[in-house]
Amino acid sequence: MIDFLANLDRRWIFLLMLLSVAIPILTGVSFEEVPSKQAKDVFQEIENLKPGDKVLMAWDFGPETEGELGPMATAFCRQVCEKKAKLYFIAIVPLGPRMIDRTIENIIRADFPDLVYGEDYVNLGYKSGNEGVIKVIVTDLRGLYTTDARGTNIDQITMCKDVENLQQMDLIVSVSGSYPGTKEWVQYAVSPYPDKIKMVGGCTGVQAPLLYPYIPGQLKGLLGAIKGAAEYEKLVVDEYIGDSPHPKYLEGKRRMGPQLIAHLLMIGLIILGNVVFFCQRAREGQQA
Amino acid sequence: MKRDQLIWTVLLVIGGAWLLYRCSTVGVGLVYAQEVDGKFTSVDKLEYTAGTAQIDWLRTLGVWTAAFFTLGIMSFLYKDNPFYKICESVVVGVSAAYWMVLGYWTVVVPNLLGRIWPAWIQSWAMPGISPLREGYWYMNVIPLVFGVMLLWRLAPKGAWIARWPLAFIIGTTAGLRLMGFMQADFLSQIRAGVGPILAINAESGIDFWDTVRNVVMLLSVLACLVYFFFSIEHKGAVGKVAKVGIWVLMITFGAAFGYTVMGRIALLAIRLEFLFNEWLALG
Repeated sequence: MIDFLANLDRRWIFLLMLLSVAIPILTGVSFEEVPSKQAKDVFQEIENLKPGDKVLMAWDFGPETEGELGPMATAFCRQVCEKKAKLYFIAIVPLGPRMIDRTIENIIRADFPDLVYGEDYVNLGYKSGNEGVIKVIVTDLRGLYTTDARGTNIDQITMCKDVENLQQMDLIVSVSGSYPGTKEWVQYAVSPYPDKIKMVGGCTGVQAPLLYPYIPGQLKGLLGAIKGAAEYEKLVVDEYIGDSPHPKYLEGKRRMGPQLIAHLLMIGLIILGNVVFFCQRAREGQQA
Repeated sequence: MKRDQLIWTVLLVIGGAWLLYRCSTVGVGLVYAQEVDGKFTSVDKLEYTAGTAQIDWLRTLGVWTAAFFTLGIMSFLYKDNPFYKICESVVVGVSAAYWMVLGYWTVVVPNLLGRIWPAWIQSWAMPGISPLREGYWYMNVIPLVFGVMLLWRLAPKGAWIARWPLAFIIGTTAGLRLMGFMQADFLSQIRAGVGPILAINAESGIDFWDTVRNVVMLLSVLACLVYFFFSIEHKGAVGKVAKVGIWVLMITFGAAFGYTVMGRIALLAIRLEFLFNEWLALG
């Protein structure tokens, strides 16, 4: 048995993992979320916004991380819209603009049709240059952004007329998939101006351990991976939507079902792998 | 027939037969659209059944293409194969082209050409920009010259010319990143790492759990620093503290691994949701 397990083709493990994720999706298994302090901190920071406050929505992710970050982007947008703040969408990764379009289409146009483009929200689009973009716009937004994503002159956009730089933003909401992302926003926007710029973020699981040290000084709160998204989503749904929300506001919760089963499988495999390892070592010791 | 070929053939035949069955019964991968104010928006099958929507063949093709690419990339888990190679090559090619086109229209046109020749750019590319030159517009000639020099490496002679702008890029990037890390990850983290040992809560006095957290964090940081301090041999008390440092590092790596697993499962989940719901219409 030990030899069989030690030489097991890894493709059986892949198949097991596929089934552990596919079956909960097909059966619709999901569990109740209990919001953690991190999720509550993020929620509260946005709750502190007043109507008319300026919020920079940095959508630095693409389809490759949409599974993890899409649900939190949806919930972020919903809460900021509910607070009647002004949304300035921006992206410093090439695929970010598609994600911004999707958020605007699915949340703002669908659920807040009264909000007017250019007065309540604006899409400033993508600029290349990675952290260089942040470094410039933190002191001079118009140095890089002469137009919005549609090509309209920034001086003709009502909500942009009095915005000179990022220090005038009341909050930065960063959703980040990789480099450049939340880390670069902390490094080049928040750290040089700790008294002027506040930021909350949501990131992939890979990035989360690298960003936790920034809390609470440089980051007011952070949603780590799909777990953080599901917890925050619950807070937003409970506060603003109530019973029977649209499925788009439950994506995080829905994806936590497969997480639980897949993690149990993963834990089981790690224990099994260690048992096989120690058994083999004991056998080699006896033979020696 | 080899064993691998047999497995692939059986899988493809079973999958194809099942797809044909689904196509003939429920209509796999079909996207329905409804025209509202001159725009087509996706709707569910009920609208189509009611006669108020039609099949959107372009979006249907998009769903089938996405399904093919998803399965093609996932097929690598079984073994390397021509489908995976096709999908990989297309992703690389499309990504490079997308990046180039996006960079041209979002940076080169508005931020470079639009500042040097604003009236010309306004006339054919960006009607929203001002036709008047801003003050110090001629400063933008410098990046234009650097850009041309950078592209010079494609020329058969004088490739060395590209080294000058490259040196500028490397130098400024190194300086920029150094400052970013010094401020955000070095100085700020030292300050964040040395919190008050006793956490005082304004309402209830000493906050026990925050105090424990601060003490554990401080001791963990010190233990890790000792582990990386190689001027003293790791023996006796120093060795024991260094061992604690290793444990702290291992716990950190374990947490990072756990988060990575969570992320990867979420990515698999969204692709399976797409295949089951949008393509196979199982949801």
